[in-house]
Amino acid sequence: MKVLGNRAKADWRAPLPAERAGASVRLSGLRRSFGPTKALNGLSLDIAPGELVALLGPSGCGKTTALRVLAGFETLDAGHVLVDGQDLAGTPAQKRDMGMVFQSYSLFPNMDAVDNVAFGLRMRGHAARARRDKAGELLDLVGLAVEAKKFPHQMSGGQQQRVALARALAIEPRVLLLDEPLSALDAKVRLQLRQQIRSLQQRLQTTTVFVTHDQEEALSIADRVCVMRDGRIEQVDAPADLYARPATPFVAEFVGTMNRIPGVTESGGVRVLGRLLAMRGEGTTNPGVPVDVLVRPEALSLSDAPGSDGRGIVTNKTFLGAVTRVQVLVEDGLGVQVDQPSEEVATLALGAPVGVFIAAPDVLTAERRAPAAFHEAPSN
Amino acid sequence: MVALVAEPLDELEVPAEEEGTGKHRRIRWWRGIVLFAVGAYFIIPFYAALRFSLEGSNGKFTLSAFTSIPSQPGFGAAFALSVRLAVITTVITMVLMVPTAVYVHLRVPRLRRLFDGITVLPIVIPPVVLIVGVLQVAPTVLKGTPDLLALVYVVLAMPFVYRSLDAGLRAIDLKTLVEASRSLGGRWSSTLLRVVLPNLRAALLSATILTVALVLGEFTMASLDQYQTFPVWIVNFEQDDAHVSTAVSLLALVGTWLLLLLITSFDRRQSRRWLRKESR
Repeated sequence: MKVLGNRAKADWRAPLPAERAGASVRLSGLRRSFGPTKALNGLSLDIAPGELVALLGPSGCGKTTALRVLAGFETLDAGHVLVDGQDLAGTPAQKRDMGMVFQSYSLFPNMDAVDNVAFGLRMRGHAARARRDKAGELLDLVGLAVEAKKFPHQMSGGQQQRVALARALAIEPRVLLLDEPLSALDAKVRLQLRQQIRSLQQRLQTTTVFVTHDQEEALSIADRVCVMRDGRIEQVDAPADLYARPATPFVAEFVGTMNRIPGVTESGGVRVLGRLLAMRGEGTTNPGVPVDVLVRPEALSLSDAPGSDGRGIVTNKTFLGAVTRVQVLVEDGLGVQVDQPSEEVATLALGAPVGVFIAAPDVLTAERRAPAAFHEAPSN
Repeated sequence: MVALVAEPLDELEVPAEEEGTGKHRRIRWWRGIVLFAVGAYFIIPFYAALRFSLEGSNGKFTLSAFTSIPSQPGFGAAFALSVRLAVITTVITMVLMVPTAVYVHLRVPRLRRLFDGITVLPIVIPPVVLIVGVLQVAPTVLKGTPDLLALVYVVLAMPFVYRSLDAGLRAIDLKTLVEASRSLGGRWSSTLLRVVLPNLRAALLSATILTVALVLGEFTMASLDQYQTFPVWIVNFEQDDAHVSTAVSLLALVGTWLLLLLITSFDRRQSRRWLRKESR
C-alpha cells in the first residue's frame, strides 16, 4: 500500500508490485448461537496471506456472522480467530485493523468523499495534510478523484461503494472484509466494481474475505470459494474445482445448474439411463438403492447417433450465446437440460426426437427426490 | 417501449382524471373552510392581543407597551431565570437522553416500544405528583433553589426530546455507521462525536428548541413552586399593567414560533437531501 505514495496518478488497471503481503487468517472451531439458531457450528478455515476467499451460501448459512466475528462485531461462544498467528479474542473492533465494506451504503453522510476516506487515518492520529494526500491517492485509485468534494447523497450507489472501498483500504488493513458490497447495485455497475475490487486486491495483496450469496460473483472473484450451510463449511475449493467436482449434492446444486436423473446403484457404480457410471463423493455404495444422479448440462450431449443413453423429445430451447440450453423430456415426465454449441442445435425443432449421451467419467449421487426433475441453482 | 406503454395508459387516464377533477374541487372547497376556521381560531385571539397591546390607556395607538418591557420591575430577573433554566434543562436532557436513545437503538432495539411508553409518562402524570417525586430524589443542595425546577423540566421535556431523537435515529442507518466508524479505528467517544451526532443535527436542534420553548413557556410547575420565572412574571404582572403583560406574551409567542419555523425549515432541507439520495 505504501507504494501508492509514489504514484501521483494511480490507475487501478495498471500493474503494481505488491510491497507487503497480507496477513494470514485462521478461523478455528467457531461457534455462535442466536437462541436456538446455530449461526456458526464449528466453522474452521485457513486463509493464506494475500488470498481472496469468498464465503458463499444461502441466507442464514452463517457467512455474515463469520465475517462479523472476524471484524469483532460479534462475540463467539467457542473457537478462535487468529490473524498472523495472534489470537484476537478480547481485541475490540476498532483495534483489529480490518477494513470493512458493508452491504448498505455506509459512508458518513456528514462528510465528503475525502473526509470519509481520511476518517480512519484521522482516528489513527495522522496529520491533516498527510491524511488528505493519502485520501486523494486512494480516491484516485478507485477512479473517483474528481468526486473528492462530493457528499454521499450527491453520488450514485456504485460511486459510494467505491469510496467505501477506498476508505477501507486507506487504513492499510491487515484483512479486508467485504459484506455483500455489490448486492445493492445494478447489474452493470456490479460487474465493473467486481472487476475493480479483484484487480485492486491482487495488486495490493490484501487478504480479503468476500461474503456473497451470488454464486457467479463468488466464482468469478475468489481464489477459493467456501460454500457454507447451516453454520458449517460444505466445501472449500478453487472456483473451477468447486464447479467441476462438487464434494456434496448441496454444493453441486447450489453452484451452477444441475440435472437430477434417477438411477440405481450397482456393485460397479450407478446405472443411469441404461448406462453404468462410476460414483464419487459420500453417496451410498450398497447396490440396488434408488438414487438421483447429478449431472451438469454440459456433461450431457445430444445426438441422433444410435447407442444413446436415453431418448427423448425437445421441449424447450434457450439461447445463451455460444451455447444453447436444450430441455429434453426423456422419460415419464423426466426433463433434463443439455448445453450444446448453438450452431449444432440451430435447426433443432421443438418436439424433435433426440438421443441424450452422458459424457461425465464419474458422477455424484444424492438421495432420490421425487418427482425427478432438473434443478436450477438460485440466481441472484 | 416507453412510448408504446405510455400511450394507451394516457388514453385510459383521461376519463378517470375528469371524474377526479370534480372530486378534487369538492375536497378543495372543504379544505378552504377548514383552513379558514382553523386560521380564525388562531388569528382572532392573536389579533385581539396585538390590538390590546398597541392601545394606550386613552385608547390611542402606541408602542409604549413594547418599548417599556425591558424596564419593567422583575422582568430582567424573571427572563434571566427562565433562560438559565432553559440552558441547564437542555444540557441535562441532552446528556441523559442522547446516549440513552443511541444505546436503545443500537443494542436493545426490542425495548424501543417500552421506552416510547416510559417517555410519555410525564404527560399523563399530574404536575403535583412530578414535583413531589423530584423533591424526593433531588440533591439537598438544590432544594430551595430555583434550579430545582430544571430537574422537573428535564422530566417534562423527556417525551419531546426522546421522540425527536428517536425519529432522527430511525432516519439514519445507525448500526452500519457505528460499525463503519469502529472498523476504521474510531473509539466510542469519537464515533458518537464525529459520526452519530453530526448526522442527528436536525433531531438535536428540534429537541433543543422544543426544550427551550417548553421551559420558557412553563407556568404550572414554577407557579406551584412559587418561583418567578418568565411565564409566572407575565401572569403576575398582568395585575399591574395588562397592556405590557400582553405585549410580552405576544413577543414570547412570536419568538417560539420563529424557533419552530427554524426547525421545520431545517428538517425540510434535511429530508429533501434524503429524498434525493433515495431516488438515486
